[in-house]
Amino acid sequence: MATFQFDLVGPERILYSGAVDAVQLPGSEGEMTVLPGHAPVLTTLKTGMLVITESPQKGKRVLVRGGFAEINATSLTVIAERATPLEELTPAIIDADIAAAELLYDATDDYDRKIEIEGQIAQLREAKVALSF
Amino acid sequence: MASLKDLRNRITSVKATQKITKAMQMVAAAKLRRAQMAAESARPYAERMAQVLGNLASNLTPGAETPRLLSGTGQDRTHLLVVCTAERGLCGAFNSSISRLARDHARRLMAQGKTVKIICVGKKGYDVLRREFRDQIVELIELRGVRQLGFENAEGIARNLLGRYDAGEFDVATLFYSRFRSVIAQIPTAQQIIPADIAPTDAAPAVSSDAVYEYEPGEGEILAALLPKNLTVQILRALLENAASEQGARMGAMDSATRNAGEMIKKQTLIYNRTRQAMITKELIEIISGAEAL
Repeated sequence: MATFQFDLVGPERILYSGAVDAVQLPGSEGEMTVLPGHAPVLTTLKTGMLVITESPQKGKRVLVRGGFAEINATSLTVIAERATPLEELTPAIIDADIAAAELLYDATDDYDRKIEIEGQIAQLREAKVALSF
Repeated sequence: MASLKDLRNRITSVKATQKITKAMQMVAAAKLRRAQMAAESARPYAERMAQVLGNLASNLTPGAETPRLLSGTGQDRTHLLVVCTAERGLCGAFNSSISRLARDHARRLMAQGKTVKIICVGKKGYDVLRREFRDQIVELIELRGVRQLGFENAEGIARNLLGRYDAGEFDVATLFYSRFRSVIAQIPTAQQIIPADIAPTDAAPAVSSDAVYEYEPGEGEILAALLPKNLTVQILRALLENAASEQGARMGAMDSATRNAGEMIKKQTLIYNRTRQAMITKELIEIISGAEAL
């Protein structure tokens, strides 16, 4: 199967760089899976799981919180605001994130922002359940 | 003429100082390696961000409304200077050269009749600038308690700036920091961050330019989301470069301090030995002349 170049860049380091089969992204307009030869798209990301498939039966999961992705036929670059690979993820990190988001939620009066943060919290809770913590 | 005891005391105290400067140099060297690594690993993120932003800004459909962070307020009456310095001294000319650059800039602007506001990040710059620009300084942001500079610190500063910008407190923001060229060369730099100064991408675009990007959600929304992030990234980069520069400057300063102390010890030891010898000779002469007198 054809592969394409995938780079996951965090603010403090490069988290992943290599050829992969497919990547599933939590796009702000909905989840999407990127395969080789994808049409060029620039999209923002919401909080959620990024599923990297290096080859069939072999892959990685990374929790990203915000950022954006640049997709074209031969490469995919994800610039994540915060990204934590699954191996480094602990329930405590997610709990701290949820707590921080709830604090933000209480602090803001802006309705749109409240909805946005609510979405974030829901995504984090979902991630927590999905990982069966 | 100092007595032998005085000289001995002086030598001991210089030796003690030398030990301290030596230790500080070693600590700075260790910290420098970490800071340098952090600055380097943050670079790809900033570069990619600039690349995407450059692409986006140059492909922007004409006529579309550009966010104010990119186009500016249309005036340049009030300038905000964000001066990033260290929290600690004893690092050579590091703090003073950044402050000097900021001071010259502020004076020039004020001579042109512009309003100047200053935000200090780091206490040392504040201490220097306070003397001349007491009324212009609007805030001091201290990063003293921060062990490892992270995205959160930069984000806090960026939010602060955006809040002020949206409230119309300034038109143009310039960031002052020291760029880390090498261990011995740190270059004080002024960089305009608001409105965003996007260099046209010289590098050949990764995709042929006729490939039209699809934007999700809209072009404008992405740009609006991207620009504040870009601000954060620029600030983060400045802070990390600054941290590396600070350690580099300190290492250099402490190295020369250690060398100076060594020289002083050598000189003092020579004086000490001469004085000791002179006293012995004097005592001998006294004994001999006393014996001869008998």
